Amino acid sequence: MVTLADLKISEVKMGEEQTGKWGMVIDQDICTGCQACVAACAMENNVIFVGEEDAGYGRSMHWIRIERFWEGEYPEVKMTSNQPMLCQQCGHATCEPVCPAFATVHSQSEQLNLQVYNRCVGTRYCANNCPYQVRSFNWRDYERPEPLSNQLNPDVTVRRRGVMEKCTFCIQRIHKAQDKAKAEGREVVDGEFTTACAQACPANAIVFGRVDDPESLVSQLGKQAHGVKHLEELGTLPNVTYFKGG
Amino acid sequence: MAEKNNHAEHAAVGHAHTAEHFREKHLMLDPLPRGQMNDMVMESMMEKPTWKFWVVASILAAIVAYGLFYSWGKMIAEGLGIAGVNRPSYWGIFLVNTVFWIGISHAGTFISAILRVFKAEFRRPFTRAAELMTTFGLVQAGFSIFMHMGRVWLSYWLMPYPNQRLLWPNLHSPLTWDLLAITTYLLSSTMYLFLPLIPDVAMARDRSTGWRKTFYKTLALGFRGTEGEWTHLRNGMNIFAFAIIPVMFSVHTIVSWDFAAATRPGWSSTIFGPYFIVGALHSGMGAAVAVLAVIRATMKHMKYFIRGEHFDAIGQLMLIISMAWAYFFFNDYMVQWYGGDKWTHQLLHFHEAGPMGWMWFGMLICNIVIPWAILWNAKWRATPWLVATVGIIINVGMWFERYIIVPISLSINRMPFTWRLYQPGVEIPLGIGTLAFFILLYMIASKLIPLIPVWEVQEGQMAHELKKFGRETVVSVSELE
Repeated sequence: MVTLADLKISEVKMGEEQTGKWGMVIDQDICTGCQACVAACAMENNVIFVGEEDAGYGRSMHWIRIERFWEGEYPEVKMTSNQPMLCQQCGHATCEPVCPAFATVHSQSEQLNLQVYNRCVGTRYCANNCPYQVRSFNWRDYERPEPLSNQLNPDVTVRRRGVMEKCTFCIQRIHKAQDKAKAEGREVVDGEFTTACAQACPANAIVFGRVDDPESLVSQLGKQAHGVKHLEELGTLPNVTYFKGG
Repeated sequence: MAEKNNHAEHAAVGHAHTAEHFREKHLMLDPLPRGQMNDMVMESMMEKPTWKFWVVASILAAIVAYGLFYSWGKMIAEGLGIAGVNRPSYWGIFLVNTVFWIGISHAGTFISAILRVFKAEFRRPFTRAAELMTTFGLVQAGFSIFMHMGRVWLSYWLMPYPNQRLLWPNLHSPLTWDLLAITTYLLSSTMYLFLPLIPDVAMARDRSTGWRKTFYKTLALGFRGTEGEWTHLRNGMNIFAFAIIPVMFSVHTIVSWDFAAATRPGWSSTIFGPYFIVGALHSGMGAAVAVLAVIRATMKHMKYFIRGEHFDAIGQLMLIISMAWAYFFFNDYMVQWYGGDKWTHQLLHFHEAGPMGWMWFGMLICNIVIPWAILWNAKWRATPWLVATVGIIINVGMWFERYIIVPISLSINRMPFTWRLYQPGVEIPLGIGTLAFFILLYMIASKLIPLIPVWEVQEGQMAHELKKFGRETVVSVSELE
């Protein structure tokens, strides 16, 4: 029996060097599908409400969405699970190499996929190539009616038409926490801050933290055997772990 | 002799090999005095446009003004929301049309460069018509690809130009390769259109007055037809003819990489490069034959230059290319099916049995069944309107093929929650606008530059000779270079 070792071929390990820094754990078993995370994300990140018509045609802009799955035909329908889907902040992202303008790039310090709105020319190749389909495109300049226009988050850029956008893991909160920790001469403590979606989740189904810190809650939870990473077979090295049927 | 109308009857093989028969059938064996032929081409170009010409031209201009410029302007002002693209079909008819027009542009290079390099004599009267298709088709491809950008006013960011922010285009992205390849192809095909045009505009310069004289004088670059000028011109054309062939192959391969390099079921197929090239030639030959039939029917003296033999020859090529396309289609389908990926299986099933399944079967009928059913017959092949109809049907089929690859394949992905069909919006007037613009450019060109490369026809006629061996008449062709 010839083994790989005999042939002196090392096993291919895709992107092993990319460990990731920030990560998330989502427990689908306790997710109630209440969409509080969707609303919180939109408020935190200035994500626009596109209106009924455009949303019905597949142009809703959500950085996180709740996917509902069911089994069977009506009327014997059984809801199986709710699956919050957001940018998986891949270590080896398929959206990054295809952008002709370097508008979607990998952050070396945060290990996140960044979208540079100012650099985006709107070829939408990244969205085609995202296996998770979590990117949102600004199809128009949507209106923000009066009270909504007063609640924009000043820490987040407002995007205009023709630009791609997606979940950033609330990078403005990451930076704020890091700046505060640096001013106080310490490291960011686990649980010191969290993303808007995790903060809003009434069931605590979303946990956010450092995945490169083995002591953090997100790392501890991530070690559970029934955790899965979506479409891992594509070699995208996602940083979000899902629990289902635990 | 010059106005023979009914070549189709004589195109069938098996006639007695008499000298008259040869002359009637083959342009190369039916020489006219050079002066007369020059005058014929000049007349066909300078002929006063009829009222029909003006009516067609104004309708096309109106379509271009509304479909292309007004609709595009509106889309720039309001955003891509007025088009039909959505999640998950982020690319719609814009990309379908880009691939379609680049495909059309391949016929020009194929006919004029490959047939020239291989010394196929039947190419001579219609190389110019095909080269014009290349250049004008690429213009429409450019329109289509710029239209689909979300912020087209920043499209210059995709050009590698030095800037103070030290930002360059991403050379990992197939779209950057695309931009470079299409630009190279547009520039080289324009130069390749221009070089063989020089002797003809010089001929036109010597036979015209007024603004036309100034126009041709500028274009002819002082060409007088000396031995030295011809040598330089021939060298130049030779270099371009050989150099443009790999450019042509690379362009459509790179266009296919936009899809093949992506991580999507139905797109990441290793056979896409040659499959796209054959598809491009398929639609390109179909378009070329349709253009030739229109030129022959509408312009003066063209029945002398473009004959049944030419439709017969292109018809044979179309049949072979149709077979090659069928082979690559089967090959692509088979490797995807045997790949065993469940998403790909899902997608292949969606192609055939989904709501747009009629398009999948329509593609096969237009691209395989109809060409095979008609083009096998030599007599039918020599009938211009019939071959032209097949050519247009093939183009419909090839458009379907691109539609299946782009928006239909995008409707299905690995996230079933996002599956959704695509409905075109402003893409339709924009697409019709590019088609109208292509035809309009062609109509204008037919009044401005000689569509028949006269010198090339005359050169061929000088090389061909009818000789008698006993009672048999045979054709002899002398080596020219």
